[in-house]
Amino acid sequence: MKFLRRFFLRVTNLATGRGADQRLQDELAEHLAFQIDENLCAGMAPTEARRQAALKLGSPEAIREHHHAEQSLPFIENLLFDLRYAVRMLLRSPGFSFIAIATMALGIGATTAIYSVIDATLLHPLPYPNPAELVRVVDDLPGVGAQGVGISVPEWRDIEDSGIFQSAAITGRGANVNLTGSAQPLRLSFKQVTPNYFSVLGVDAQLGRTFDPHDATPGYNLEVILSDGLWRREFGADPHILGKALRLDNDVYHVVGVMPHGFRDQGSTSDEQNVELWLGAGFAGVPFPPPLRDSRLRSRVVIARLKPGLSIAAAQRHLDVLVESLKKQYPAEYPAQTAWTVRLIPLSETVVGNVRQSLLMLFGAVGLVLLISCVNVANLLLARTSVRSREIAVRQALGAQKTRLIRQLLTESLLLFVLGGIAGFAILFFARHFLLQLVPESLPHLNDISINWGVLGFALAVSVVAGIVFGLAPAWLTSRLDLTSTLRQEGRGSSGSLGRSRARQVLVVTELALSLVLMVAAGLLLRSFWDLFAVQPGFNPDRVMAIETWLPGPNDPTTDPYQTATQEAVLLREILRRSRTLPGVEEAAIGDETSLPLGHSDPSRLPLIREGIETMDNQAPLIESPIVSPEYFHLLGMPLERGRVFSEQDIETTPQVAVINQAAAHTYWPNQDPLGKRVRLRLDTRGLSSSAESAWTTIIGVIADARTESLADAGIPQIYRSVYQRGSKEVTIFLRGQLDPSTISPQVREQVQAVDATLPVFHAETLDEVLSTSLSVRRFSMEMVALFAVTALLLAGLGIYGTISYVVNEQRREIAIRLALGAQRGNILNMVLRRGFGLAAAGAGLGVAGALIISHLMAGLLFGVSPNDLTTFAGVTIVLTGVALAASYIPALRAMRLDPITTLHSD
Amino acid sequence: MKETPDVLQGTLALMVLKTLDILGPQHGYGIARRVEQISGDLLAVNQGTLYPLLLKLEHEGSIASEWGASENNRRARFYRLTAAGRKQLQAETREWEQTAAIIARFFKVKAEDLP
Repeated sequence: MKFLRRFFLRVTNLATGRGADQRLQDELAEHLAFQIDENLCAGMAPTEARRQAALKLGSPEAIREHHHAEQSLPFIENLLFDLRYAVRMLLRSPGFSFIAIATMALGIGATTAIYSVIDATLLHPLPYPNPAELVRVVDDLPGVGAQGVGISVPEWRDIEDSGIFQSAAITGRGANVNLTGSAQPLRLSFKQVTPNYFSVLGVDAQLGRTFDPHDATPGYNLEVILSDGLWRREFGADPHILGKALRLDNDVYHVVGVMPHGFRDQGSTSDEQNVELWLGAGFAGVPFPPPLRDSRLRSRVVIARLKPGLSIAAAQRHLDVLVESLKKQYPAEYPAQTAWTVRLIPLSETVVGNVRQSLLMLFGAVGLVLLISCVNVANLLLARTSVRSREIAVRQALGAQKTRLIRQLLTESLLLFVLGGIAGFAILFFARHFLLQLVPESLPHLNDISINWGVLGFALAVSVVAGIVFGLAPAWLTSRLDLTSTLRQEGRGSSGSLGRSRARQVLVVTELALSLVLMVAAGLLLRSFWDLFAVQPGFNPDRVMAIETWLPGPNDPTTDPYQTATQEAVLLREILRRSRTLPGVEEAAIGDETSLPLGHSDPSRLPLIREGIETMDNQAPLIESPIVSPEYFHLLGMPLERGRVFSEQDIETTPQVAVINQAAAHTYWPNQDPLGKRVRLRLDTRGLSSSAESAWTTIIGVIADARTESLADAGIPQIYRSVYQRGSKEVTIFLRGQLDPSTISPQVREQVQAVDATLPVFHAETLDEVLSTSLSVRRFSMEMVALFAVTALLLAGLGIYGTISYVVNEQRREIAIRLALGAQRGNILNMVLRRGFGLAAAGAGLGVAGALIISHLMAGLLFGVSPNDLTTFAGVTIVLTGVALAASYIPALRAMRLDPITTLHSD
Repeated sequence: MKETPDVLQGTLALMVLKTLDILGPQHGYGIARRVEQISGDLLAVNQGTLYPLLLKLEHEGSIASEWGASENNRRARFYRLTAAGRKQLQAETREWEQTAAIIARFFKVKAEDLP
């Protein structure tokens, strides 16, 4: 307390500039007067009395100094003094200050920008209370190599009752639902969740309530919760929305609550996070299949909140015990060969998913840019000390302490770095809207990216740390000037301090090496991207548009107008017929969401049961299974290799047939003829009301592989089925021809709604767009790294230019003497260029070593190019050396044109 | 740079407080005289070091000061003990007495006293 009070008073005195000097002077004067009086009384002569009194009091200057130190805070006072001086120095050389601040603004601004993305995605993936308690519960069947097979309802109940978790909820992965009854049918994304879902996340509604966690309705409870965005957009933020009936896929639900603004669902894609409706369901009654223990659906996710204080590892141990006892209890459902296990994953990991690597690489790249900027500024600072060495020497000669000098120089560099940081942050803040447009939309949490106080704190922290680290070395080198020689040289024609020029060369070599690393990374990414872009996708996206619609899936199947494939076929044939009449349309086909090449984030995979090989669903390998109309393969230009494709005669009542791709043929029937083989696919679609065994399906054709799943992956097994035999609620209409993207969507909507007015039509895009979107994260990271690499190259060029200029300047006397003695000007040019080349070679050597390490670390992000790619390495090294030589050439020319007479005279 | 070791600096503060406690409000010279009288040589020279100390004690709230007139009608700054200062003095006195007693026992000890 006492200390605080004293400190506070001193700070106040410092801030208000109040001194106690006058009071002390008065008190000391009085003190002397008292003492002199007393001395006089004791019989001293007046002069002697005065002298003795002064002796007894002590040196008034020392007392004043102590008194002042007590009154105020000398450390801060010195700091303020240094700061004032630093600002003056900064203003005295505006060119230098501008370059240094701009360089730092670039480095810190770029780093902060990437940090703000990482802050929103990797650091705060879950916007819920106590996010560390949230886990995803995943079933694996390692015995048959199947992961994440989904959890059955009885298993979920066991988990919920196990006492390991506060609560556990089932949620769908998100799907679409048609909202009808308003002007235009809307397709909205919804999630079906168990009623305790929101209590697991720990979020309450802003209006109304969330579902009652103890609600045990087996099917849909017919309650719906809206997102804040939907409530504002479609219902005008109606405060009386509660209780309102909404018609979703022809079923009536009642609104019970509205989630708060900023609430985002969990999930790894922005589709999942942008869910706008939540429906409460027990997952056990109609329209869900009966809750059998081994009826697992991959589209179901179980998330749970751990008991407070329980670690994931401990929970996992409890869970393993539970799994063992369940296996004993139900031996038939858990055959030993499948080796059923349940695994806990922190929910945060599942949310960020696949962009982590790209983001970390970007952060690494931008970190290198920051490092290069710092090195550059440190280099500039060193260069300036050579100009200021005389000033420093004079100060030292006058008795300035070394630590005091370092502190002052450090203050100056800190000021530069912090100003740079603030400038970088300011630019970022004002350019944020523009910059956000560069971020690909597929990035999770895109909307959460913001330039907030935390980001500002990061920028300042980086500036201060960088300022201290990179300001200290120049300050230290400067403070150990050799006094006598510096003063004697009078700052002219000096050959410079050996330590300083060595330090500068080390800095430049570092800079060159770092930029080489960045350039190699950029080069490899560029080549990967280029290869991906140039890769033959195996299908022809030219002039093809995809437009989506969505058939309702009401809870009571008997009310579904498109209950059977036959019923649906009537609709689809009519849509196709009408689409072909549209202007410009040459071909039309239909497929489900999975059939949209590169356009689906989460393909549905079904267990593939080959006749005579697998007997149980649990053991079957999973295979992607698009549903398409017969015209699909021709429209997309996917050539048939063997057998035949679907015909109009393959309908619900004829034997089920399927077409596979070559990858599936090679994987599942190696060295055999797959034609005529029979398989069964466990069906997994919304609205499925029975778990009856599906019919045997005969393979009738093999088509060539196409990169429909990922451009980077040549052959992923696919099994196609005909939409006329197996209906799909998701319908994608493919059109090829001379289409006008702006008019085609309303035209298709008109035609579709002429058949059924309740169907929404949305999301029209060309396949070329889909293709380029699928590369968006790659393109983003490639462009960013390339941008950083160019920046790095520029900075490195500036660095080497500065260093060589400095060397030439320091050696101008020597050069002049050489010239005077008859050296050829060409020799001088060579001499300087050799210097530059030496630095470049050292930098390139170090850089290649570093780049080899980095390129292997990022091997997962490369496609079609080896991490040791010789062309990239050689090309980058040549470019870097070229830039280094070009940057040395200007000072070399200056050295060559030196006039020996004037130079020697001026010294 | 330090004129007085830490121990003395600490004791000086205690002496100032005690002086003010016994004699009531005093000006700086008065305090210096008393301390000199009682302590002998400690404050015989460099009486000026007293003033930064007075400022520190005032900042800490142990003493307060105001201008006033001295016995021979000079203007002088008078220092007095505050309630907090009195409490501090009592606490520190107890501490000193304890410390002194312990040290005194150590000085008295002879080899044959120890078992």
